[in-house]
Amino acid sequence: MARIIAGVTTSHVPAIGAAIDRGRTQDEYWKQLFDGYEPSKKWMAETKPDVVILIYNDHASAFSLEIIPTFALGCAEHFPIADEGWGPRPVPAVEGHPDLAWHIAQSTILDEFDITIVNKMAVDHGLTVPLSLLCGQPSAWPFKVVPLCVNVIQYPPPTGHRCFMLGKAIRKAVEGFDQNLRVVIFGTGGMSHQLQSGRAGFINKPFDKHFMDEMARHPEELVKIGPLEYLREAGSEGIELVMWLMMRGALDDDAKEVYRFYRVPASNTACGHMILENPRK
Amino acid sequence: MAQTEAYEDIPGTYVFDAKRSRMGYHLNMFCMSMMGDENRKAFKADEAKYLDRFPMTEEQKQAVLKRDWDGMLRLGGNIYYTSKLAATDGLTFQNIAAIMTGSTQEDYAKMMLAGGRPPEGNRSKSEWKKRG
Repeated sequence: MARIIAGVTTSHVPAIGAAIDRGRTQDEYWKQLFDGYEPSKKWMAETKPDVVILIYNDHASAFSLEIIPTFALGCAEHFPIADEGWGPRPVPAVEGHPDLAWHIAQSTILDEFDITIVNKMAVDHGLTVPLSLLCGQPSAWPFKVVPLCVNVIQYPPPTGHRCFMLGKAIRKAVEGFDQNLRVVIFGTGGMSHQLQSGRAGFINKPFDKHFMDEMARHPEELVKIGPLEYLREAGSEGIELVMWLMMRGALDDDAKEVYRFYRVPASNTACGHMILENPRK
Repeated sequence: MAQTEAYEDIPGTYVFDAKRSRMGYHLNMFCMSMMGDENRKAFKADEAKYLDRFPMTEEQKQAVLKRDWDGMLRLGGNIYYTSKLAATDGLTFQNIAAIMTGSTQEDYAKMMLAGGRPPEGNRSKSEWKKRG
């Protein structure tokens, strides 16, 4: 049986990827941020998952306004790196796990979640920056990846509660898979930030701290946060935090927080990162 | 619907809802085309002519030509799309954020280093009105 052993949350700011790709991680501006991920890189290397289910959002790279799937599950063998306007990031291609991905699609659809199955999808910084932060710059990613792309650009995105419940359905699917796999699930994006118009640069540290404080212990409180509260309190782009709750839904109720890191700013964003482990790793 | 009306009270924010998505469809699809190198070259060679490939409104075209970053959002642009036009100009998210907030690049960068724009006084349009 496959099982989910831990969850990771992290921001996926594109400037972080650019800093890694250009060898700027030790610059004064970036050093503290990258230092904050050093323990996590060790944790990742020791944890050695077979598969990472990576929840992220596409930023008008694979999907445009032509088709806007709310939940798109990557079922392909490979996922090329998207050219986001300045050439693809120089990172390894992403290898999928079609057996597990198709199984998750079937299981969650029968559990009444309307998943879009995707067989061709370039992946952008939303997916690759978290991999770089947790794995550094290897010649190949050390695990297979099942990408789950969530619409958070076109209003309304799915609610935090819906994401949390889908997380539970994903967990059930993983546990019903007949290969022995150790799976880590990533919920990415956030934390508070706004990139647009007159309120750009908006950061809400108390909101972010409360969100992190309740992730392990009281996620049932966080799932009550509605879209208006995210927009007002976390910034128009901070609504990405619903993806953290999908990760949380996939973990045990008594999952333990083992690491957290928070820093302002990463470009326009409050960068937040947590690791939660299930009691029986 | 109450939710829809309520988020219009957030200052300095264009929530990319159905209304704006429909209004900005062609503007955003133009921005999306800036991901292709050939398109970028054709656009740079003759911006106005390139824009005629898209059935955008005249106001939207003018906003693009003038690089009115906030105006593009008001006319239905979405920041993840307009940022592709910014990248074509060699500008980052932070560059256009400074422009949209009416700040200098230096002051905006300083604000972010000092912890960003705080929630206090920035939650509601009434708070911005009071500040004048």
